[in-house]
Amino acid sequence: MSSKAILQRSWRATCRSPRMGAPKPTYAPRRWSGSISQRPGSDRVLFPGAVNSKFTTDMSFLKASDLPAIPTYRVIDSDGELVDNSRAPPDVSDEEVLTWYKNMLSVSIMDVVMFEAQRQGRLSFYMVSAGEEGIAVASAAALTPDDVVFAQYREAGVFQQRGYTLKNFMGQLFANCNDTGKGRNMPVHYGQNYPRIHTISSPLATQIPHAAGAAYALKMQDLQNPNRERRIVACYFGEGAASEGDFHAALNIAATRSCPVVFVCRNNGFAISTPTLEQYRGDGIASRGVGYGIDTIRVDGNDVFAVNEAMKEARRLALTDGGRPVLIEAMSYRVSHHSTSDDSFAYRARVEVEDWKRRDNPIIRLRKWLENKGLWNDELEQETRDSMRKAVLKEFSEAEREKKPPLREAFADVYEELTEEAQAQMKELKRILETYPDEYDLRPYKDGVKGLD
Amino acid sequence: MAAPRLFRPASRVLSSRLSTFAKRPAFAPLCAQSALRVRSYATEGGVKEVTVRDALNEALAEELEGNEKTFILGEEVAQYNGAYKVTRGLLDRFGPKRVIDTPITEAGFTGLAVGAALAGLHPICEFMTFNFAMQSIDQIINSAAKTHYMSGGIQPCNITFRGPNGFAAGVAAQHSQDYSAWYGSIPGLKVVSPWSSEDAKGLLKAAIRDPNPVVVLENELMYGQAFPMSEAAQKSDFVLPIGKAKIERAGKDLTIVSLSRCVGQSLTAAAELKQKYGVDAEVINLRSIKPLDVETIIASLKKTGRLMVVESGYPMFGVASEILALSMEYGFDYLTAPAVRVTGAEVPTPYALGLENMSFPQEDTIVTQAAKLLRV
Repeated sequence: MSSKAILQRSWRATCRSPRMGAPKPTYAPRRWSGSISQRPGSDRVLFPGAVNSKFTTDMSFLKASDLPAIPTYRVIDSDGELVDNSRAPPDVSDEEVLTWYKNMLSVSIMDVVMFEAQRQGRLSFYMVSAGEEGIAVASAAALTPDDVVFAQYREAGVFQQRGYTLKNFMGQLFANCNDTGKGRNMPVHYGQNYPRIHTISSPLATQIPHAAGAAYALKMQDLQNPNRERRIVACYFGEGAASEGDFHAALNIAATRSCPVVFVCRNNGFAISTPTLEQYRGDGIASRGVGYGIDTIRVDGNDVFAVNEAMKEARRLALTDGGRPVLIEAMSYRVSHHSTSDDSFAYRARVEVEDWKRRDNPIIRLRKWLENKGLWNDELEQETRDSMRKAVLKEFSEAEREKKPPLREAFADVYEELTEEAQAQMKELKRILETYPDEYDLRPYKDGVKGLD
Repeated sequence: MAAPRLFRPASRVLSSRLSTFAKRPAFAPLCAQSALRVRSYATEGGVKEVTVRDALNEALAEELEGNEKTFILGEEVAQYNGAYKVTRGLLDRFGPKRVIDTPITEAGFTGLAVGAALAGLHPICEFMTFNFAMQSIDQIINSAAKTHYMSGGIQPCNITFRGPNGFAAGVAAQHSQDYSAWYGSIPGLKVVSPWSSEDAKGLLKAAIRDPNPVVVLENELMYGQAFPMSEAAQKSDFVLPIGKAKIERAGKDLTIVSLSRCVGQSLTAAAELKQKYGVDAEVINLRSIKPLDVETIIASLKKTGRLMVVESGYPMFGVASEILALSMEYGFDYLTAPAVRVTGAEVPTPYALGLENMSFPQEDTIVTQAAKLLRV
C-alpha cells in the first residue's frame, strides 16, 4: 500500500473514530457519495475510474498513429491573406494591430542588440524570442491588466504587450537600480507587479503548477468577492518543459480543482538541442490536454490573429462554470539559438533556419497583412526600425551607466523581515563606511551611504 | 572503503561491542609524500597539460570502452556533445545505444537510470547542472541511495550521477547552489568532488567502477582549466581511491581543508600567506566528501594546531560545519585556536557581479581570515 493510501486510511479512521464525533458534513458527501455499483445488464462501464464507456467484444488497442492529428487553427496564411473569406475579418482595430506589430518589432530589435551585447561580454546571458514574438504579443493582448501571468523565459513579448518598458528591460538586464529584481536575478528573469507577471523562475516547468495554484487563489478570491471583475492566469511554457513531471501534475491538478488558467504551450520544435521527435511521440502537446479532460486547441503561432482569437475564447472558457483550465498549443519555429549559451548550428542545418526565417515568421506575416490593408509600407518600416533601434541603444547605454541598487538591497528580502544578523551587519557596514569614507567609492550606488537606511 | 574509518562517538559505542575498533594508522608518512606536485609545471618526461573537461571526457571514454554495462544519458549529451562539452565525441565513438539524449525530464531519465542500475547496468547519469537534479532528487535519495539496503542487498545500484555543481558566473540563485552537504548527508550515497584534472579523471573512474551510487560534483568554472597530468594518470588504469584526501601543499602553521574550486583559491591564498607573513599553510584537497578522510585532516590538525575549512556552500549545516564538528570530536586538545569556516554567504546567490563576488569566498577572504586566525 502506498504511503498516501495509508495516510488516507488513517485520516478516515480518525474522522470516523467516536472520540472525534461525526465526520464533518461538508466533506462527507463529496468523498463518499461517488461510489458507483455495477448494475446488472448495463452496457456501460460503471467503474468509478471511467464513466460512460461502452463495453465491447472487439479487442483492439487504440493506436496513436491511427488517430488524425489535431488540426491547427489559422486565420491568415503566410501571405497575410484571410484564409476563409466567408468569415468576418479579425475583430481588432487597426491601431491595436499596429501596436502588436510595433511591440513584436521592438522585442525583435532589442533581441538582436542584446544578443550582440552578450557576445561582447557586456552581460552574462540573454535569450531571444525570434519566431515566437507573435505568440507572446497576440496572446497577452487578449488578457486584461488584472489577469496574472506566469512565463517561462522566452516571452519578452508578453512583458512588452503588458507595459514593460525598454527601461524596465534594460534595468533588469544590467542589474541596475531600475531593476525590480534588485540585481538578484539572471538576465531575462523579468518580473512585474502590475499588470502582474510573476518573476521568471529558472528551473524548467515549475511555473506550471504555480499557475494552477494562482488560478485557484483567484477563483477563491472571486468567490468571496463576486462583484469584482473576474480574472484568469495565463501560463506560458515550451514543448520541452511539457516533458517535466511538473507539467503533468499541473494539468491534472488544474483540471480536478477547476482552476481558471490558460496554459499556452509554445511548440517551437526544439528544446535547446533536442528536436520534438526525441522529446515526445504523441500528437504534440495538445493531445495531452484532451487526456487530462482539458479543453484544447492547436493554433498557428505565426498567425497573430489566430493566437489572439484562441486566447480570447480560452479566457472566456476558463471563466465559465466557476472556472476550468484550457490548453493552447501554439506552433512555431525557434529561429534563434536557444540562448546565448547555445550554438544551434551544431544540431540543425543553417539552411533550415534561413528557410524558416524567409518563408514564415509572425512579424513578416503580419507586415504582409498590414501592407495588404494599406496600413504599412517600406518607408514606415524603415523609419520605425531606425527609431526603435535608437531607443534600444539609448536605454542600453543609459542602463549601463545607471546607478546600482541601494546598498540595503544586498541584505533585504532573504526573509520577509530583515533578520537580526542582517540588521547588525548593515549597522556595522554603515559604521565602517562612515568612519573610512575615503576607502570606499559609493558613487555607483543609489543614495550612497544613505542607501543603508 | 579505502582506509579504516574513524567512527562518530555514537556509533563507536555500538561498533566497539560488535567489532574491534580500527586503530588510527600512523599519519605522518602519508602527509609527506604528495606535497605540492600539482601546481608546479613539471617538465619531467610524460607530464601533460590536460583540462578538467578533457580529463572527464577521457575517464568516460575509458570506462565506456572497458565496461559494456556502462552507458551515459542526459540532456544534450549525445548530439550536442554535452552542454559543457564533457561528452564530446562519445556519441560518434560509442553510438546511440551507449550515449543517449533524453527528453527534458529529470525525474524521467534519472528514474530510468536508477531502474537500469537496479537491473544490473552501470549507468552514468549527467545533469546539465546539479541544480536541475532537484527535479529528480527523490530518485537519487529515496531510490538510488536506499534500495540496496531496503532490498536486503538483492538489488545493486551501480550508478554514477555527475554534472557541474556550485556557482558559475552570473547564473544567480537557482543555478548556483552547492549540493555537497545535501548529498553528503545521505547514507547509501558516496560523494566525490574533484578539483584538478587528475582528481577529475581518477575520481570519475572510481565512481563509475564503485558498485554503489556515487555523486560526482564537478565545477563548471574548472572545466576549462588545465592541470599537469602525470604519466600514471594518463593511463587507462588510473583510479583514485574514494575516501582519500590529498595534501596539495604541506605546511606546519595552519591546516586549510577545502574542496573543488576552493582548493585552487586556498593554494593561492597559502602562497600569499607565505609571502606576506612567512607562515606555512597546509592545504588539503578533500576529493571525497563521503566517505570523509578524517584521518588526514586530524593528522594535519595535530601538526599545525589550527584549522580552517574553505568551501562555497552555505555556512550552516555544511561540509565545513561537519569538519569543524569532527575536529572538535577528534582534535580538540590539539587545537590552539578555535577552528574557522570560510563559506558562501547566507543568501540566495545574487546575479549582479559585485554581489556575486561577495557571496563566495575569494582569495583575499581566505588570506584575511587565516591571518586573523594566526594572529599575524
